[in-house]
Amino acid sequence: MTDTTKATESAVRRDGSERPILEIKNLEVGFNTQNGLVKAVDGVNITLYRGQSLAIVGESGSGKSTTAHAIINLLPGTGQVTGGQILLDGQDLTKASKKEMEVVRGRKIGFVPQDPMSNLNPVWSIGFQVEEAIKANGIATGRKEIKKRAIEVLKQAGLQDADRRLKQFPHQFSGGMRQRVLIGMGLAADPQLLIADEPTSALDVTVQRVILDHLESLTRELGTTLLFITHDLGLAAERAEQLVVMYKGRVVESGPSVEILQNPQHPYTQRLVAAAPSLASRRIQATGSIAAAEAAMQSDAETAAGDEIDLLATAEARAELLAAAESAPPAITVEHLTKVYKIRGAGDFTAVDDVSFQIPKGTTMALVGESGSGKSTVAKMLLKLEDATSGKIVVGGQDLASVTGKQLFDLRSRMQPVFQDPYGSLNPLRNIGNTISEPLSTHGVGDRASRRERVFELLDQVSLPRTLVGRYPNELSGGQRQRIAIARALALKPEIVVLDEAVSALDVLVQAQILRLLADLQGELGLTYLFITHDLAVVRVIADHVSVMQRGRIVEAATTDEVFENPRQQYTQDLLAAIPGANIELGA
Amino acid sequence: MPSNTRPDQQHFVAPLEETPLVAIDKVKAEGKPTNLWTDAWADVRGRPMFWISSALIVLVVIVALFPGLFTQVPPNNDCQLSNSNGGPADGHPLGFTKQGCDIYSRIIHGTSTSLSVGIIVTVLVAVLGITFGAFAGFYGGWIDSVLSRLGDIFFSIPYILAAVVIMSVFSKYANVWVISLAIGIFAWPATARVLRAEILRVKNADYVMAATALGVSRFRILLRHVLPNSIAPVIVITTISLASAIVAEATLSFLGVGLPSSTMSWGNDISAAQLDLRTAPQVLILPSIALSITVLSFIMLGEVVRDALDPKARARR
Repeated sequence: MTDTTKATESAVRRDGSERPILEIKNLEVGFNTQNGLVKAVDGVNITLYRGQSLAIVGESGSGKSTTAHAIINLLPGTGQVTGGQILLDGQDLTKASKKEMEVVRGRKIGFVPQDPMSNLNPVWSIGFQVEEAIKANGIATGRKEIKKRAIEVLKQAGLQDADRRLKQFPHQFSGGMRQRVLIGMGLAADPQLLIADEPTSALDVTVQRVILDHLESLTRELGTTLLFITHDLGLAAERAEQLVVMYKGRVVESGPSVEILQNPQHPYTQRLVAAAPSLASRRIQATGSIAAAEAAMQSDAETAAGDEIDLLATAEARAELLAAAESAPPAITVEHLTKVYKIRGAGDFTAVDDVSFQIPKGTTMALVGESGSGKSTVAKMLLKLEDATSGKIVVGGQDLASVTGKQLFDLRSRMQPVFQDPYGSLNPLRNIGNTISEPLSTHGVGDRASRRERVFELLDQVSLPRTLVGRYPNELSGGQRQRIAIARALALKPEIVVLDEAVSALDVLVQAQILRLLADLQGELGLTYLFITHDLAVVRVIADHVSVMQRGRIVEAATTDEVFENPRQQYTQDLLAAIPGANIELGA
Repeated sequence: MPSNTRPDQQHFVAPLEETPLVAIDKVKAEGKPTNLWTDAWADVRGRPMFWISSALIVLVVIVALFPGLFTQVPPNNDCQLSNSNGGPADGHPLGFTKQGCDIYSRIIHGTSTSLSVGIIVTVLVAVLGITFGAFAGFYGGWIDSVLSRLGDIFFSIPYILAAVVIMSVFSKYANVWVISLAIGIFAWPATARVLRAEILRVKNADYVMAATALGVSRFRILLRHVLPNSIAPVIVITTISLASAIVAEATLSFLGVGLPSSTMSWGNDISAAQLDLRTAPQVLILPSIALSITVLSFIMLGEVVRDALDPKARARR
């Protein structure tokens, strides 16, 4: 802002054409490992002009974060740029010295890190940390000036009562507030370019929306060029003019975002578009006709053998099942369920407040809510991992409160969970075979040989090779671990599976694959699912009924179609509107 | 959104040949199965420090088990005062003690005492520490309160001081077992604390919850899922505690409250030699070196094992 004239001058090349603010040419980044140099980024080209916004999209390991870190020369560990150029306003950053880089960081390029929870130092006050950033960039001198600027920066980032909150510590801020602080720090020195690495991935959708709206208006106001990284195609397309799709360290497709979304050319991008739940939701809405559904089924049949996944087809295939299940008796009945936690010194906290619902046999109910809404507590009470304070849970005609000992043991075999974190849900020291057969041995099902047979059968069901039996979880990806967790849950042929954020930690393609697997298994085995998630977009694809939870209460409950087409509560409407990509018109 | 796409930002699609698609979430499991222990073994195998310390420990164990292989000279019976504090002589490579006994033979025959005390104390500490730590950490509540306070009481008394007191009261019964008991009974709380902390971390893992939801009994969950995943730091700490137990025995013997002087022990020899430190320092220094090498090799092994089991420590290097 301060050197606008200078910036415009330098933005013109000698030959009169406009010079991009950021030009990445054939960038290669490698990591030194035991197996020699491994290329994480391989020949990436990105061109970004002043005032534009660009999103890099890709799954984990695609090299998107590495590219961003290479720009500001903050590659972790043994990472190094092994080729290519990064031109910031004509200056090659790959050749910049440490001193020169220090000037670039903060003052020319601002950076907003991914995790607002761990990127603020918990022992220093917010004010101290913002002031430190300001001091480091030499924007203001003198105590008063620095403090003034800190307040200004935080106000700009959307913290209205900044002067009062300066003395507070990070733990007194919510996730969204912390992310605002980090954005404020990134923009403190009024940089020309702001790099945001998954700035909202750790936040609830409604908060995410507010933060992104704010970031957008702020960068427009200040004329900052924005480069952000995300795994969410819908979000990228909605928030950025330019899109760069990365896959295995390479750019597979780039260009104007709407064009790419409407007309994806590269097979990988096509896959991504087909698998993104936020976009699939949109398309389900769009293709209300029978013809479209049939077309979807058709394409589904064609691609079933291959690797392509279309969430739309998954959803349509499920719709048929539902019709048959509608009249079934409830598998789970929950009445007036309440859970109160006693908190030392702070009185009672009601995590679940008078919750009632029924799940008909063979159907899926989604329990949707943001963090802290009490949805996982409901799951734990249903699984009898926690006791209810009051209320009633009836599973298959049995009241959970009265079940103990042997009865409870038997009941457990009919009701199994799959948890969120694929890295925490398998014992790292037990091999896959033992993990899957643990339910069988615990419940004394069959002898050794028949258990082994059943393990093979389950591995087949979750589409994993039988050779995995003797291996350990550390060799598997998140999606594969989640499959193992599903296999373990299915070992005892349960009627009910509680899926607690079971696909939330997975990349979209893998997520789509697992959702498809879950839908297939439900059709095959007649399972009843309680699907707990924060992601409304996924719900559209998998659930028959939806209950929306807010602060421990169910605020809206209806069939999935009703909730999506005619949400009655403001909160549900907000949630729906906050699904990234909800406003994009899809050509297809 | 205003369309301000520049000419060089048009829709670009990479040729498929250059960016071939790979099957989604393909299973890449080749070679031998690996887990924490196999990884640690692979890590340890490549370190010279591991082989040096292991070789020394093996040597010490062999010496302790078969002292006859290393010396034919009796350590006690053949002493002649005329050799008092004498230098090396034929058949007596390290010279003689004040009593005229062969130093080399005494060092060789003292090994088994030191090692026995080390091993007995370590087993005792491991059993007590693991039991107390595991129950306190896993069951929590009043069990934790009782066991942890008990541990705190033992922890508040330095184990060497406690051992001095116990040994001076029971000096009549002093032998390898009693001295090990005296050291071990106050040395376990450190192990228990480490394990308890680790168990508190592990017991919240989702796989523990999954096992609970399966109906696996609490005790079986502890044995099968929680303990194996929290035992690594205990292994490290016990390796090092073996070394400190050997030192403790020497200390007690040096102070005169350890083993009776009739028992061959490095601590006893060091104690006996201190009066002539100025005139015959080698009498004190030689058994001290034996003690140091033994202790050092266990500490070195502990370090290597810790590095292998704790990836964080590895990253720091």
